[in-house]
Amino acid sequence: MSNRHSSREPVIRAAHATLGYEGTPVLHGLEFQVPAGSRVGILGPNGGGKTTLFRALTGEIAPLSGDLKVRATTATVAQTDRSRLDYPVSALDVAAMGALARLPWWKRPGRSERRQALESLTMVGLADLADATFGDLSGGQRQRVLIARALTADAELLLMDEPFTGLDATSEQRLEELIDRLAANGRTVMIATHEVEQAERWDLVLCLNGEQISFGDPASAISKPVLEATYGGHIVEIPGQPELGVLPAHHHHHGDAERPGR
Amino acid sequence: MIDWLADPLAHGFTVRALIEISLLGLVSGAVGCWVVLFGISYSAESLAHGMFPGLVGAALLGLPLLVGGAAGIILAGLLIGLVGRLSGDSADTAIAVVVTSLFGLGVLLALSPESPPGIQALLFGDPLGVTEGQLIATALIGAAVLVVLRTGHDRFLAVGFDDAPGRIRGLSPALIQTLLLVLVAVTVLVGVQALGNLLVAAILVGPAAAARLLSSRMKSMILLSAGIAIFSGVAGLYLSFHARVAAGAAIVACLLAAYLLATLIARARTGITRMPPIRKEPADERASQLV
Ligand SMILES: Nc1ncnc2c1ncn2[C@@H]1O[C@H](COP(=O)(O)OP(=O)(O)O)[C@@H](O)[C@H]1O
Ligand SMILES: [Mg+2]
Repeated sequence: MSNRHSSREPVIRAAHATLGYEGTPVLHGLEFQVPAGSRVGILGPNGGGKTTLFRALTGEIAPLSGDLKVRATTATVAQTDRSRLDYPVSALDVAAMGALARLPWWKRPGRSERRQALESLTMVGLADLADATFGDLSGGQRQRVLIARALTADAELLLMDEPFTGLDATSEQRLEELIDRLAANGRTVMIATHEVEQAERWDLVLCLNGEQISFGDPASAISKPVLEATYGGHIVEIPGQPELGVLPAHHHHHGDAERPGR
Repeated sequence: MIDWLADPLAHGFTVRALIEISLLGLVSGAVGCWVVLFGISYSAESLAHGMFPGLVGAALLGLPLLVGGAAGIILAGLLIGLVGRLSGDSADTAIAVVVTSLFGLGVLLALSPESPPGIQALLFGDPLGVTEGQLIATALIGAAVLVVLRTGHDRFLAVGFDDAPGRIRGLSPALIQTLLLVLVAVTVLVGVQALGNLLVAAILVGPAAAARLLSSRMKSMILLSAGIAIFSGVAGLYLSFHARVAAGAAIVACLLAAYLLATLIARARTGITRMPPIRKEPADERASQLV
């Protein structure tokens, strides 16, 4: 699980890339490079193009123009509210599905794939719930099972589409820790999120609103004008932080009492 | 009691019917689980009805039913594609238009004065009329379907769970769904000889729907579904032998009874397990000790 890209080659390289559907562009001016092992926060309003970027990174859609190169096996961690809770599978079954990304079509996942799936579940801290029915798990646990599936697929680049949506504070913190550990292992993690303060703790941030607004390390890439451009008119002041001063309006603020130590 | 069980076995035709219905139960029970899981019961039933003119045509021309049914299914599939493209309507609408038209056409053909007697067997099935040749066809085709299901099990399961492209090497979700529909078509085709055009969907969907209520893993669901299908089929044949009612109707009655029983059991079970809150919090606690 060490860093497979020992060279300095970036895992993702976007150059003048425009993305869209059936010839209609929805996301312009992508111009960025992501080195291996980075945690990249993707900020943007609903409809800003976050999911579209992920689709392009997995190869589901091709850029309308420009260049978008990905040098890594890639897996999407979908939003859990899109998975079926009444589905007759265990957590281990779901984690083992990741092996299908690698196996030739006639081969069924066997003992070694299930062992690998169990390792993935251990990595996300769910080994003792391997036999639980997927739909019986909490939202945060389901999210981590889907991450385990990506790990079984040997994904070097993990795309998490708003993984914090609907999580309680504890699950949220645990997921953040997991993201840190994945990156420490050399995996690249891109996380679409609505929480600016969260993205500030990661290595890189990409702000999207129909076009690339800014990219870079959070200290330089996040500023009041950038956030205004990213979220348009839907902004409010952050209490006590007037110098940064903006948050998306649909941001659901967690009280300090919920998360001591921040 | 022993006599009650042994009596039907004295006749070759009942033995053949019992074997046929057991084979069909095994295959339909397994395929039906995927039909229920993928939510394509409607397509499955449509396939059965859409091939009706093909069956009637084969009966009129004296061809094997398998041939007529296959031609009917292919024709129905092509027409559904064509109508869907021409009208721009949803797939559902295209299927409904084509299938009701085809079924009506089949009925008109069946009611024509030239139609040979026994054509109503095409609608309601004639398990007691199954020949040795049909038995062998059922066994061979059924075995092929089961082999495909077993080979594709994990891919089917993954695509039904969420079908992000690229998640499965070499096979697109669309391809897997199409393969599943082909398996359903083949199963319907084989089942129609014994169960008829109207009842074949019942053995495909009923046991699987019942098993769905009682299982939380795909493997146990498939085993249970096949078990329910075989048991209902055999029980229906015995019922028909002793109570002298139509075999197809007796089998469907048993399938329905099994489904109702499963509903009751599932109700009783959730009534018990719902009492303590089994979800979320305790499980989250345990996991947090590990991280
Ligand atoms: N399948 C699609 N076909 C056409 N347009 C789409 C499709 N998916 C998204 N869009 C459009 O692309 C834009 C970006 O959407 P999306 O990438 O889903 O944004 P986000 O994930 O940031 O909310 C939106 O205007 C949306 O309407
Ligand atoms: Mg989105």
